[in-house]
Amino acid sequence: MSHDRPFRFSFESLSMKITSDQVDYVAHLGRLALEPEEKIKYQGQLDDILKYMDMLAEVPTDDVEPMAGPVQMYTPLREDEVNTSLPIEEALSNAPARTGTSFRVPKVIE
Amino acid sequence: MDYETVIGLEVHAQLLTDSKAFCSCTTRFGAEPNSNTCPICLGMPGVLPVLNRKALEFTVRMAIACNCEINEVSRFARKNYYYPDLPKNYQISQYELPVAEHGWVDVETPEGVRRIGITRIHMEEDAGKLIHDEQKPVSYVDLNRTGVPLMEVVSEPEIRSPEEAAAYLRALHSILVYLRICDGNMQEGSFRCDANVSVRPRGETAFGVKAELKNMNSFRNVQKALQYEIDRQIEVLTDGGRIVQETRLFDPVSGTTSSMRSKEQAHDYRYFPDPDLLPLHVEPALIDRLKATMPELPSEKKERLIKQFGIPGYDAAVLTASRELAEYFEETVSLFPNPKLVSNWIMTELMRSLKGEETGIACCPVNPKQLAALLQLIDNGTISGKIAKTVFEEMYATGKDPAVIIEEKGLVQVSDKEELAAVIRRVLDENAGEVAKFLGGKTKLMGFFVGQAMKATKGKANPAVVNQILAEELRKKAEGK
Repeated sequence: MSHDRPFRFSFESLSMKITSDQVDYVAHLGRLALEPEEKIKYQGQLDDILKYMDMLAEVPTDDVEPMAGPVQMYTPLREDEVNTSLPIEEALSNAPARTGTSFRVPKVIE
Repeated sequence: MDYETVIGLEVHAQLLTDSKAFCSCTTRFGAEPNSNTCPICLGMPGVLPVLNRKALEFTVRMAIACNCEINEVSRFARKNYYYPDLPKNYQISQYELPVAEHGWVDVETPEGVRRIGITRIHMEEDAGKLIHDEQKPVSYVDLNRTGVPLMEVVSEPEIRSPEEAAAYLRALHSILVYLRICDGNMQEGSFRCDANVSVRPRGETAFGVKAELKNMNSFRNVQKALQYEIDRQIEVLTDGGRIVQETRLFDPVSGTTSSMRSKEQAHDYRYFPDPDLLPLHVEPALIDRLKATMPELPSEKKERLIKQFGIPGYDAAVLTASRELAEYFEETVSLFPNPKLVSNWIMTELMRSLKGEETGIACCPVNPKQLAALLQLIDNGTISGKIAKTVFEEMYATGKDPAVIIEEKGLVQVSDKEELAAVIRRVLDENAGEVAKFLGGKTKLMGFFVGQAMKATKGKANPAVVNQILAEELRKKAEGK
């Protein structure tokens, strides 16, 4: 996790499992623009989740096989057969901008 | 100081399936942008991906060929990042539990055979294609490639030089192509390679800080990029500097690498098991069935050609560079059982016509039957080896049978003694001065007389017969003196 701002002491950091900076970081990863009051609200909710995880972590699971899902099944496979794709117009129908049959986005070069 | 290089390679191979990895859209290349898409590969909410059986089988085949341990149960994971070529905002990949691990391939290097470890082989899906506008500040997104199945092969950081890296890539490439699971086209990106490279003082066991190199679309460029980067890192360290962990792009025009500035913030992919996909089960029966139907791999084929046909190792290596070329050789030898002569013709005349591209053999206008027929015509004296080269060029250009070309162009070799004797007597009469010198002891002139006789017959004279008659005629002259 990156900490762009210098560490600031606060009383909340003593009791909270997640810092305000970490909320900012997670919001950035999710491309969410949060208002200051939302940030405080989500920090509390995330903190609750993490504390709950801590509680779960207390359960002894050394002899338990990790479970991938509630049912013991494996992923089904399909045959390698081509089916009709969407009509192009339908594929592009949600596009905010297009040129020809391409989606158009602000220039991205990495 | 003496530095040691540490290289690890990540290869992405596009799998030759008809449909995409998790949906039934076609993988065909070159269609109109976004014509091969559906709600699944467009990343619409509420859809469910279902894995392509063939993509799994291809991956398992590669794992077998690379001597890997195959995990009976593996998992798909989501690799999360935002980029316009990735409509779901995550790529379905594998993380903690890949399909296969702990393998190796033997690689031929000038210093001998090196065994390079394979860390893992896993499956994932390709992203779409971005085209950047040259003038306007916009990019165009084509999602036809989104969801095409890829296999990633990760090597151990055991490669010690750019040459070794190129040899390792060639070995992987030829295995993939032999298995017919990837077309291996580097220019079109169906076979891509990223390299992790670092240097460390020789003797040091800890790794140095690595750079990740991208954008190398040929074996030669991989080698050039690595060499440049190694030299750069050594120079930085020698000057007392520090290597920064970063991604660097290779520029094929300048032959240099440069930092991708925008990647300063390290990626945080937040991998987690994909809840849309249950664990992947590779049944032992499937592995057994695929093992039983594995084709002969390049290194095995090479050894067999050496043993079975007694051809040199060099020939065998050239011939097995592609499966099609090796098959072409074997088919020709089955019709004209002189392996070394067949090998010579394939390596010189045929490869020259194919412009050195082993893969071009698939659309070669001269088939093995025709090449065998041509060699037969040399063997039975119908044409000389020299004329045969002319005939071959004509065969390559027109696809015609050698006999037809020889007939049309009147290229049949003249072996008739009477006819050749007449030509030779005329040559000797016209060159009385040279004959006198020859008889005076200048025996080197024999070559001159042969040349003149060949010229007089437009190259069609049988050289063996010409030599024999010339010797007789000159002896007569010597005796008559």
